[in-house]
Amino acid sequence: MDITSIIIPVCVVGGTGLVFGLLLAFAAHVFAVKVDERTEQIIAVLPGANCGSCGYAGCAAYADAVTSGEAPVNGCTVGKAPVAAKIADIMGTEAGEVEEVVARVMCGGDCANAVYKYDYEGIDDCIAASKFAGGLKRCASGCLGLGHCVSECQFGAISIVDGVAVIDGDKCQACGKCVKSCPKGLIQLVPKNQRHWVLCSNPETGKFVNQYCKKGCIGCHLCEKACNFDAIHVVNNHAIIDYDKCKNCGLCAKKCPRGVIHSEPRPGAKPVVEQPEEAAVS
Amino acid sequence: MAVQIISILLSALLTENFVMVKFYGICPFLGVSKKIDTAVGMGMAVTFVMALSSAITWVANKFLLIPFGLEYLQTILFILIIAGLVQFVEMFVKKSMPSLYNALGIYLPLITTNCAVLSAALLNVQNYPDNFLFALLYGIFAALGFTLAIVLMAGIREAMDENAIPKAFRGFPIALLTAGLMSIAFMGFSGFSI
Repeated sequence: MDITSIIIPVCVVGGTGLVFGLLLAFAAHVFAVKVDERTEQIIAVLPGANCGSCGYAGCAAYADAVTSGEAPVNGCTVGKAPVAAKIADIMGTEAGEVEEVVARVMCGGDCANAVYKYDYEGIDDCIAASKFAGGLKRCASGCLGLGHCVSECQFGAISIVDGVAVIDGDKCQACGKCVKSCPKGLIQLVPKNQRHWVLCSNPETGKFVNQYCKKGCIGCHLCEKACNFDAIHVVNNHAIIDYDKCKNCGLCAKKCPRGVIHSEPRPGAKPVVEQPEEAAVS
Repeated sequence: MAVQIISILLSALLTENFVMVKFYGICPFLGVSKKIDTAVGMGMAVTFVMALSSAITWVANKFLLIPFGLEYLQTILFILIIAGLVQFVEMFVKKSMPSLYNALGIYLPLITTNCAVLSAALLNVQNYPDNFLFALLYGIFAALGFTLAIVLMAGIREAMDENAIPKAFRGFPIALLTAGLMSIAFMGFSGFSI
């Protein structure tokens, strides 16, 4: 066997490898992209849930956007103020205020109050149920109560109580996944210090709402008249609170003849509904 | 000529679809087919790399291996070329086209060892040792066949997300079953020829 039959293949493959090796070494030098070391530091500070509530693809993408100056340092809704402060530290800027929000379900039509169209025995999911004649409740904008949002929530903050989704404000991290997932669009992000929200989103007139939900907003405008701050208005036949103006006094909730406006007890107060409202009024 | 090109197109796209009939590139086919967006991104990245590697490996075979009588080294040399090429392309794209890098970047390293890319290069030198154009077109069309398969799969998987699947079948089991059924459907094209 001729020695060249070994040497030539070695030269050909080795030579090709050498050429590509040199090419890559050269390319690494020429096409080097500077990676900002602050990006790594920010990634280390972030919660790492990759929930996407900041509007970026994940924690790493958000960190990248912060270092390149596109995203604010207080963009992480999960980490809130402590994380914002750390990121601001890394970036050498002020954190500013982080307005805490939580998700709230805008429907109170539970088993006792809402009228059902049919007995649903299909796939145990809101998306599937919403495709059968718009869902199992007669109200077209009623919570289906099959828990699609529950399965979306990474933080275990949502539970189904009497056929309606209820969000635990303490566990909620305001990532907004449930907001996007609800087929009825019933979940909204509300400032965390606001203790009142409207448990109805039905756009139909009171005449119809009356037929299928005892707790539906009939658009009677009593709350509008009760409010001293011009913070609540009937739009599309249901009340909507303007959280920029609302002072949390709870007058509207007291006046509402249908009990549509939910009033959360003040944190630290005894879990009695009347008490915190009196405190708020005085 | 035109008839031959159409024949290459149809065979690469349907009758000899890389994923569905030849079973190449199953890993990215299952791994990156959860969403249509990412599936399209992966398909485009594979198309890009496959076109480049088809061209370069064909040249390497014609002017490096055949003159020295070293055709038996095709596999190892092609792997070397593809891996080096993908790395180079990744660096180049990262520097010069950041937006394209953001779209394709994460898929490029996955393609380095994708057997679909290697098999396209090997089939090319087998079938079209003397026709550079056909080799290049076969590479592109085979990659489009891969894209077709992965995008179809992603569409099905997106639709499946809304269905209640028995617990034991959730995730990969149902994906594998789906892939098998799709493959049977593609097998129906076999036998057609122009």
